[in-house]
Amino acid sequence: MNPALKNTLLFAFVGLLLVGTGFVQGWNSALFILNMGLVSAIMALGVNLQWGFAGLFNIGVMGFVALGGLATVLIGMPPVGEAWSAGGLQVIAGLLLGVATVVAVVFLRKKLTGRARTLGTIAALIVGFVIYRAVYDAGVAGIEAVDPASTGYLGGLNIFGPHRNANDMLLPDYFILLAWPMGGLLAAGAAWIIGKTALGLRSDYLAIATLGIAEIIIAVMKNEDWLARGVKNVNGLPRPVPYEVTLQSDPGFIARAASFGLDPLTASTIYTKLCYTVLFAIVLLVLLWLAQKALNSPWGRMMRAIRDNETAAEAMGKDVTARHLQIFILGSAICGIAGAMMTTLDGQLTPGTYQPLRFTFLIWVMVIVGGSGNNFGAVLGGILIWWLWVQVEPMGLGLMNILSSGLADGSELKERMIESAAHMRLLTMGLVLLLVLRFSPKGLIPER
Amino acid sequence: MDFLNALVALANFVIVPGLAYGAQLAIGALGVTLIYGILRFSNFAHGDTMAFGTAMTIIGTNALLALGITFGPLPTALLALPFGIGATILLVLLTDWLVYKFYRDQKAKPVILVIVSMGVMFVMNGVVRFVIGVRDIRFADGERFLITARDFKEMTGLREGLAIKTTQAITVVVAIIAVSLLFWFLNKTRTGKSMRAFSDNEDLALLSGINPDWVVKVTWMIVAALATTAGVLYGLDKSFKAFTYFQLLLPIFAAAIVGGLGNPLGAIAGGFVIAFSEVTITYAWKKVLVYMMPDSLEPDGLVQLMSTDYKFAVSFAILIIVLLFKPTGLFKGQSV
Repeated sequence: MNPALKNTLLFAFVGLLLVGTGFVQGWNSALFILNMGLVSAIMALGVNLQWGFAGLFNIGVMGFVALGGLATVLIGMPPVGEAWSAGGLQVIAGLLLGVATVVAVVFLRKKLTGRARTLGTIAALIVGFVIYRAVYDAGVAGIEAVDPASTGYLGGLNIFGPHRNANDMLLPDYFILLAWPMGGLLAAGAAWIIGKTALGLRSDYLAIATLGIAEIIIAVMKNEDWLARGVKNVNGLPRPVPYEVTLQSDPGFIARAASFGLDPLTASTIYTKLCYTVLFAIVLLVLLWLAQKALNSPWGRMMRAIRDNETAAEAMGKDVTARHLQIFILGSAICGIAGAMMTTLDGQLTPGTYQPLRFTFLIWVMVIVGGSGNNFGAVLGGILIWWLWVQVEPMGLGLMNILSSGLADGSELKERMIESAAHMRLLTMGLVLLLVLRFSPKGLIPER
Repeated sequence: MDFLNALVALANFVIVPGLAYGAQLAIGALGVTLIYGILRFSNFAHGDTMAFGTAMTIIGTNALLALGITFGPLPTALLALPFGIGATILLVLLTDWLVYKFYRDQKAKPVILVIVSMGVMFVMNGVVRFVIGVRDIRFADGERFLITARDFKEMTGLREGLAIKTTQAITVVVAIIAVSLLFWFLNKTRTGKSMRAFSDNEDLALLSGINPDWVVKVTWMIVAALATTAGVLYGLDKSFKAFTYFQLLLPIFAAAIVGGLGNPLGAIAGGFVIAFSEVTITYAWKKVLVYMMPDSLEPDGLVQLMSTDYKFAVSFAILIIVLLFKPTGLFKGQSV
């Protein structure tokens, strides 16, 4: 079988899985899986760029995804004027003082020598820290005191506010779309800082460094309430697509739904999800096209040359560290964009739900299973593994129900078996990863 | 008197918890460092190996309690520890035979083994959840305190109390025993010496007739024992939860790298460095400073450098600082 035919069949198979889900579990579920699958495919593209193209081992995907989510709040929510006057500028001044301290320390360490250097560094650190905390803490306290139950944070940049029609129903707000590139920028900024410090190190160290930074990003998002309300979550993010309730009250929409033989409720939920699907598919196709262009350009060939033999590439005059930094930033930015898209889809930012197993290691399973080094493989892996991740739980439950059907109701073993179905996901994902690595290490669509 | 009070407060809130946590991290980091030294990859499944060992020990503890057997004032889990270690040894040997051996024979790149260990991590995490669930489990029984804050105050007449939990004392004692046994094994026995030879120079060790399969098997057994011990001690001291053990991976790796990957002595030092930095930076120093400073200078705030939620940031920051200035760690470790 030639590769093109095989790849088409593989994608057709994934399509068939989704269509099958639509027939068995309803089109709402199928579209839900497809939408998150598209987002996952974008994340997988980002990781594939880093790992497949350049051999960089980034296991901090979760952090970049979360930064994308943060961007949706910073862009999409209306600013909280009271909080800004209560301490907004003070917090920013505090953070700037913190940065100034770091700059001062770096400067002192360059200028001074010997014992003066050590003493100067310590003195600058202590003085800087005390001033920073004094300014920053007061500002934070001011912001967080502003109506903590509903705001207590600075809000975002969306001064145009929620749009409503004549009947006071919510309308789509396209401003939030700006959050997607913004998410990419935030993630790129973080990636630049990490890359500058950790990329010169060995691959295992980079792995630990990215794992650590991801945990720190989540810790910051959970604890800095002034930024995005921490674990109190930000709900009601604006949406770039029509709201279901608004659609259901639109006579024109009800009539059109009826002509398809659908009730307004189902029709509106499916319509909204389809709008997201179109938006996500556009982003995915653009990024996929760019990634393909990059892969087949001289730049892409250079990247793979560096990956396969760093020393030889360096001898040919390639700046390995700079190229690594470049691709690390690009890949992380893509993860950030995907993270912003995901939070937009959810309509809320919940820092407590970011878990490394789900947002870092699952993405890795997608890339490896799809085929590292191949963009189409990453996309295929993204959708396929996401489908599996969602479906394993009901499938496990069904399996356990069949297996335990012979046992008496209420018996301890039976309850144990039914309960354990909830943990099927991790086990299955691990097995899939191990089996693919062992028997088909190049993945479903191997690198050409 | 104030000085003594300050000292006792410091011991109570910083030194004792730091020692216990440091010992737990050190034993965990020893496992990571041994795998790195002998099998030459960073084992991401280590946290879940610890969780599996602890889960098995908890099951053993429950069985013993059901039979009416307790360990007097000490936690029953210590009696069940050998059972947990045995089960974990079986699991890691099985994993090695089923999974890692293939890649070793192929001489796969270390990074491939790291990804493989990610798969193993997923599976082990799933197995632990199957076996014991995701709830928070406390399994420490026996006496809770070696000395309570109240007794200490009555004994010494100081205003500050010093409480030492039984689990903290046990942690330190068990850690000392485990580390001495390990070092005796590595330095005095034939197998231990061949392990060190294998770690230093694989080709030379093979040439001189060392059986690599045996070395690898023994390494896994030791690592399983260390991981289970570390996991049980941590669980006794705090509580058992599958997810927490996964998160321990970061401080443990930080400890192993700070000390120098592949260097057992470094792993121990690294464990204490990380533990004490975490505790001192997230501790509210007000209590100690109130005793030490003249009244006019008493601090208003808690004098906490960072909130406890940022303890990951501390291990991470130390890791980065050490890596930037001493890339092979405080004690000379290996680098690939």
